[in-house]
Amino acid sequence: MGDVLVLIDHNDGRIRKPSLELLTLAGRLGTPAAVVLGGDDPEALAVQAHEYGAATVYVAEAPEIADHLVVPKVDALAQIAGEANPAAVLLTSSGEGKEIAARLALRLDGGLITDAVDVLSGDDGPEAVQSVFAGSYAVVSTVVHGTPVIAVKANAVTPEPVPTAGRTEQVTVAFSALATSVKVVSRTPRASEGRPDLAEAAIVVSGGRGVGGQEGFAVVEELADALGAAVGASRAAVDAGWYPHSQQVGQTGRQVSPQLYVAAGISGAIQHRAGMQTSKTIVAVNKDPEAPIFGLADYGVVGDLFDVLPKLSEYARAD
Amino acid sequence: MTLKIIVPVKHVPDATGDRCFADDHTTDREAVDGLLSELDEYAVEQALQLAESTDDAEVVALTVGPDDAVDALRRALAMGAHRAVHVSDEAIHGSDALATSAILAKAIEHVGYDLIVCGMASTDGAMGVIPALLAERLAVPQVTLLAELALDGGTLTGRREADHATERLRAGLPALVSVTDQSGEARYPTFKGIMAAKKKPVESLDLDDLGLTGDQLGLAGARTTVRTITAQPPRQAGTLIEDDGEGAKQLAAFLAERKFL
Repeated sequence: MGDVLVLIDHNDGRIRKPSLELLTLAGRLGTPAAVVLGGDDPEALAVQAHEYGAATVYVAEAPEIADHLVVPKVDALAQIAGEANPAAVLLTSSGEGKEIAARLALRLDGGLITDAVDVLSGDDGPEAVQSVFAGSYAVVSTVVHGTPVIAVKANAVTPEPVPTAGRTEQVTVAFSALATSVKVVSRTPRASEGRPDLAEAAIVVSGGRGVGGQEGFAVVEELADALGAAVGASRAAVDAGWYPHSQQVGQTGRQVSPQLYVAAGISGAIQHRAGMQTSKTIVAVNKDPEAPIFGLADYGVVGDLFDVLPKLSEYARAD
Repeated sequence: MTLKIIVPVKHVPDATGDRCFADDHTTDREAVDGLLSELDEYAVEQALQLAESTDDAEVVALTVGPDDAVDALRRALAMGAHRAVHVSDEAIHGSDALATSAILAKAIEHVGYDLIVCGMASTDGAMGVIPALLAERLAVPQVTLLAELALDGGTLTGRREADHATERLRAGLPALVSVTDQSGEARYPTFKGIMAAKKKPVESLDLDDLGLTGDQLGLAGARTTVRTITAQPPRQAGTLIEDDGEGAKQLAAFLAERKFL
């Protein structure tokens, strides 16, 4: 089995959890090899990649990578893949991850699969599992021509440490003419308010129209903090300006797949279900006994979220 | 100089219907009525706004798809696009995203452009990769996932809601942008717009017209193949209780049983 390249998504000198998951998945398919682009502390990232099974860590540092959009990363990955001739390339199925994956697949003359919820080793190469049409079908696909480039959603697998003695290779990237065509004038990280990232969180507590207003989200946040959860919001709540779009769960927002999803005051429109349907356990609190969200909830409470949530927070804190 | 804006759009099965697959594993486009992908309406809207703020501009809606896909073009025309281009050919059926982007790129070159405005993703396949693929094929700046954009002379600026940060971007024309559902509500076609749309020109093209052959396209040319499709049993509704003052306590007990508390 050959090398499986993993593009490492990192923040503050730490590998983000979805990329650790990719290293674990890469181990099923071949020999994991990590690609670290940019970053303040590539040595620390390389050490962490080795801890999670990467035999080779490719490191490329250049101002182009942070200062310009997408293409510098495609240039770097295409160059590394061209030399390593990997069995597959894995990336996170985020906005940027999918864009990089798409352009890379074209450059490598390979095949592209995005939004995989699992990747297995098959007789004819990697088999990617997708959940489509708002979770109503599971589709298993393979790439039949060229290098498979697969973008995988967060929480596909639990990352497993596999301490590996390996080497680090510095790469000098020859950037294409288009690499500097889109300038990133500024980049403002989103304040996380000390809560886990929505896509990575084990528990998500979301509020919808039933929360009634911006101030209503205080009870949602209180429960999230009591559970150590991330806070999400439905499109209705975001469109009304009650909560930031960065926290929107749904087809056009973030797609989450946590161990526990708590829907408060959310009716459960298809737009929303497409973003949370693969959660392991779903509970819902809603005044309307006919709300579609109850059709997929493992446990539903018909009631006022302003009564139920604060009491539930107390139970959680007492625990 | 006329500012030429192309908006690639997709005709998709209505997400509120029971979407399913045909026997050849492609999306069944007969079982459920189709419509203009909602996320493309935001692209049409932004293209029209840019055109309206420019002295001389033309907005061209473009689609690749079977006969019915013309409905998506009519909707874009009713919203205010000036004309439309419809690429249709038997050999296209079953094309993957890579092949679809090859057809769209050829059609875009055929029409000529200064700016391409895409939606962020379709509402059926929802891969969200066509904008990046088109930028790669056309070798133009990719300015994507914008919640806000502005055009000043030949300079495009925008606000990208990236995965972990907000980014301010700048690029020159010609360029490709994609816009999110945060970019601003799409206008609803007026009666006048719907009537006018019936008279607006729709150019029909096939693969020959674009100088493409079918061997890299369609199901046979796809780089990926579907091995299996399994209908997922719908999630079963679990326990539903009425809160009589004890609702939180009962919910807490359920969460404790599942080891969340």
